[in-house]
Amino acid sequence: MAKSASSPRPSRPARTGRPARSTRTGRRSPLASVALLVVGLLATGGAYAMFTTAASAEEGGNASIATADKENGEKLFQANCATCHGSNGEGTNQAPTLLGVGAASVDFQVGTGRMPMAVQGPQAERKPPQFTDEQTKDLAAYIASLAPGPDIPADEYLTGKGDVTEGAELFRINCAMCHNVAGAGGALTEGKFAPSLKGVSAAHIYEAMITGPQNMPVFNDQNISPEDKANIIAYLTYLDEHASPGGLDLGDLGPVSEGLFVWIFALGSIVAITVWLTAKSN
Amino acid sequence: MTTTAPAPATRPADAEQQPSRGTRFTSWAANYVDERTSMSGLVKELGRKIFPDHWSFMLGEVALYSFVVILLSGSFLTFFFQASMAEVEYDGSYVPLKGLEMSAAMQSALNISFDIRGGLLIRQIHHWAALLFVAAIGLHMLRVFFTGAFRKPREVNWVVGFLLFVLAMAEGFTGYSLPDDLLSGNGLRIIDGMVKGVPFFGTWISYLLFGGEFPGTQIVGRLYTLHILLLPAILVALLGVHMLLLIVNKHTQFAGPGRTNDNVVGSPIMPVFAAKAGGFFFIVFGVIALVAATVTINPIWNYGPYDPSPVSAGTQPDWYIGFADGALRLVPPGWEFMIGPYTVSMNILVPILVLLVFLALVAVYPFFEAWITNDKREHHIADRPRNAPARTAIGAAGVTFYAGLWSAASSDLIATHFKLSIESVTHVIQALTILGPIVAFFVTKRICLALQKKDREIALHGFESGRIVRLPGGEYIEVHEQLSEYERWRLVSYEEYRPVMVRPDARGRISQGAKMRSAISGWFFEDRIAPVTNKELEEGSHGHH
Ligand code: HEC
Ligand code: HEC
Repeated sequence: MAKSASSPRPSRPARTGRPARSTRTGRRSPLASVALLVVGLLATGGAYAMFTTAASAEEGGNASIATADKENGEKLFQANCATCHGSNGEGTNQAPTLLGVGAASVDFQVGTGRMPMAVQGPQAERKPPQFTDEQTKDLAAYIASLAPGPDIPADEYLTGKGDVTEGAELFRINCAMCHNVAGAGGALTEGKFAPSLKGVSAAHIYEAMITGPQNMPVFNDQNISPEDKANIIAYLTYLDEHASPGGLDLGDLGPVSEGLFVWIFALGSIVAITVWLTAKSN
Repeated sequence: MTTTAPAPATRPADAEQQPSRGTRFTSWAANYVDERTSMSGLVKELGRKIFPDHWSFMLGEVALYSFVVILLSGSFLTFFFQASMAEVEYDGSYVPLKGLEMSAAMQSALNISFDIRGGLLIRQIHHWAALLFVAAIGLHMLRVFFTGAFRKPREVNWVVGFLLFVLAMAEGFTGYSLPDDLLSGNGLRIIDGMVKGVPFFGTWISYLLFGGEFPGTQIVGRLYTLHILLLPAILVALLGVHMLLLIVNKHTQFAGPGRTNDNVVGSPIMPVFAAKAGGFFFIVFGVIALVAATVTINPIWNYGPYDPSPVSAGTQPDWYIGFADGALRLVPPGWEFMIGPYTVSMNILVPILVLLVFLALVAVYPFFEAWITNDKREHHIADRPRNAPARTAIGAAGVTFYAGLWSAASSDLIATHFKLSIESVTHVIQALTILGPIVAFFVTKRICLALQKKDREIALHGFESGRIVRLPGGEYIEVHEQLSEYERWRLVSYEEYRPVMVRPDARGRISQGAKMRSAISGWFFEDRIAPVTNKELEEGSHGHH
């Protein structure tokens, strides 16, 4: 495991980055797995709570919003967001407070088109962004000026380069249970879902991890170091850039789409051929 | 045909008439073999077997040919696959896994995919053919069921076929588990959970199976032995029995002019059918190869090596195990309880029981129907499904039940793709699985009866031609087009069952079983449409337009 030694392995509460050999062969009762799951869930929740305090400790001052126009951001905010989030971003009964969410959260929510929210649904969905990149950064700068929060990530982590193997492994351990191993997305409870990660920009991936939008847990720097976040991004970039070696990927949905395909197309065309072969020639 | 050309000895002089060298060789070779094996009798006998042609009679062939493809591609895979769970470091050419610790099995599966020429294609052919194999068996079974082709004398072959179906699923599942990737490991984990759900012995059995605590270091090697040795051996043997019984019992055929319970109309195996079948094998192989060359199946490189902690969203078994996965998903929460120190996992035991009962019902249905109808005759004419309304309705109910379980296995994908909540999807499927079969039964039975009624109408009065004629008296009538004898045959020749009456046996007693039979058979056959009789036909053709 030469590669993981080179990157600092954070000690995360429940899920270790790469299982030691002992987990494979170790004796563990099935109850232990359930217990582990519970511990994992608690730890994630705990990490979330911890993060809210940890994040507010980090000071702002990011290059990309340093040059942004805070006043313009305030104007945009009053015009587009205040009805839901309150005139000072303090939150209303319709929407949560934006104090302390940081520039990263605004950049993610507005940059992916989730905000301003259009329709009430189980969750705010990605749609074509309503603001230019510049306006988005202005908004982010304004919200960041109200209270400190996580910043827009530095460019060095967003190159899409890194240790793909490490990133793939971290992705499988931390993200695949919601987003599927190939990032195709998956269902959560009550109509919520983890979206497909195909074509999501590096910045938005990073920001999703540090802000934990809606039902996604927060992965702070103690959970997954910035280098490892870059590795995850590198893996997702790899998937985007390389088509499946086996041909069409059927949406990477696994055996269900394969089963449907075999019934409808493979068996379907063979049945059509049998009908044709046995048709009376006249 | 070349082999029937006159023997060369009779015309030695005429050079132009001499058979070609190829012909001479074939007759020599045929002679050589026959003189040493006396095969010609068998070949002649077999060659004169008649195979009727209806497209649905070819489904079994599809299964057979995909099995041949599986054997061929599987043999290739065994050259390179290492069934070992020893830890190695991956050093193949797939970048996102480079340097990762994994089992030798996973590594060799990846090497087949990326570093052995043609390996990925063969792997995909093998897997697609496996999916097709079970699907073709399923469709073939449905054909046999709905046409009543399982009736005497073919009940035994139905059971053999059923065993083949179960073996095919077992082959599929063991194969799915071999690469030791995340998906297969998760699948085994579920099996492990099911085994451990067995009261008292579960944990012991699990330890025995996995050679220690799951996942252990044994399971891949053990499954491999089953997958390439034991299961295929049984499968091939049963397949032989299946084919032999097919030849002994002859094939069923649909009713038609000249087709009776005592003959088979179609083409003889030699040469027409054999040629067609040979061609058809390549068509099936071709379709599989085309699919395998263009569509990914089981991208183990995405799943990564097995590790007990991660689980991917959208983890499902291959389609034919889906119904079992679905059964587990449909159980409402809170079914497990404690007796003393033991947890009784009804949430696992009930689905297992339901599945076993379902499979058992499929296996014994022919005997059940034979008992109900008290019919001891041989049947060689395939029923049109509508002409056996109760059976068709039972089949539809079974299909609905299976479909319910099956769709439950993809509840998460249904939820995300139709923007529904997974809870409501689950509840709807729960309702469908329980109520659906009942509704399907009654609806199907009504539809069958209605279709029979329509057939009866048509047989007696012909088609409505849509041509309106005004009679000299001013009356308008629609001209009905009469069927030809040939067309009518199909509609009128079927058997009708009546409820079995309770009759005292030889000793003048009425057994409990006889009462039950009469009750069930009353329920089976009380609604029925009698086939058109000759008398009715004669009256019909005189009295009507
Ligand atoms: C229709 C009401 C509505 C409008 C308009 C709206 N939001 Fe929101 N916003 C919500 C709700 C509800 C949530 C919480 C649920 C969610 O995250 O989807 C939210 C969440 C957020 C979050 C994430 C908060 C966190 O905890 O990380 C940010 C950032 C945000 N909104 C920014 C904005 C900005 C900037 C605008 C204006 C461009 C805007 N919103 C307009 C309703 C609204
Ligand atoms: C508990 C389930 C869960 C886990 C674990 C999880 N996510 Fe998410 N993720 C979500 C949900 C739910 C959303 C949608 C949030 C929204 O729409 O606001 C989401 C959204 C995202 C998005 C935004 C996608 C888009 O279309 O804009 C990215 C990127 C993302 N996640 C990456 C990750 C990565 C990387 C990890 C692992 C480090 C991860 N997620 C782990 C549930 C999860």
